[in-house]
Amino acid sequence: MSAIVKTVSAFMTVPMMIFGLYVILHGHLTPGGGFPGGAVMATAVAMLIAAFGLSQSDARKKDAFSLFESIGLLAFIAMAFVGLQSTFFANVLAGHGWIFGSSVSYGPNPGYLETGGVIPIMNFAVGIEVFAALSAVMLAIMLHRREKHD
Amino acid sequence: MKALRHLTMAAFFCFLLAGAMYMHGVGTPERTQMDDYFIKSSQEETGANNVVTGILFDYRGFDTLGEASVLFAAASGVILLFRRKRNEQ
Repeated sequence: MSAIVKTVSAFMTVPMMIFGLYVILHGHLTPGGGFPGGAVMATAVAMLIAAFGLSQSDARKKDAFSLFESIGLLAFIAMAFVGLQSTFFANVLAGHGWIFGSSVSYGPNPGYLETGGVIPIMNFAVGIEVFAALSAVMLAIMLHRREKHD
Repeated sequence: MKALRHLTMAAFFCFLLAGAMYMHGVGTPERTQMDDYFIKSSQEETGANNVVTGILFDYRGFDTLGEASVLFAAASGVILLFRRKRNEQ
């Protein structure tokens, strides 16, 4: 790609990553969550691939993304098992004062980050999974195309 | 044969028209107990201001688990499909 595309996409990658992380981490306060936030972060990876092409180390990067995909899904299931003393997917952290455990009363409020119990942690796990899965899929397809053309 | 087809189409459109006439009004559900419960108590029970996220990740966690599993399976399938062949390495 041209120098303009390369410069702009290199510049825009950081804001896109930060916005995706914001959508993931504020999933329990604002519209969004793990799925759209991970998609936003994966879009930044897609833009980098489109602008800069592939490098020699991308096969290893695909394996790393694949690993993080598994880690995200396993973390999500582990957070579901945390509540197993009452039921599967029970929110044991909400309102108990520990991590993400501030209690929330009914009605409008400014929205505090340290609320939600296991929901922010699950959002983060799902965000990692979506980001890694979409990036690994794009890298796998691009690597296959390069092999076919060589 | 053609008459039968026309008769079938006419019956189908009569059915559609009747269904549209007797359709329940949009925005006025008959039973609102579950909606009211989620709106009233999801903030206190899940601690999340976003009621949709509270439902998706707490009350209906199994649904989200299924979504995540579907995405995982799809990505695994694509990676498996586009893998490097063994004899080319």
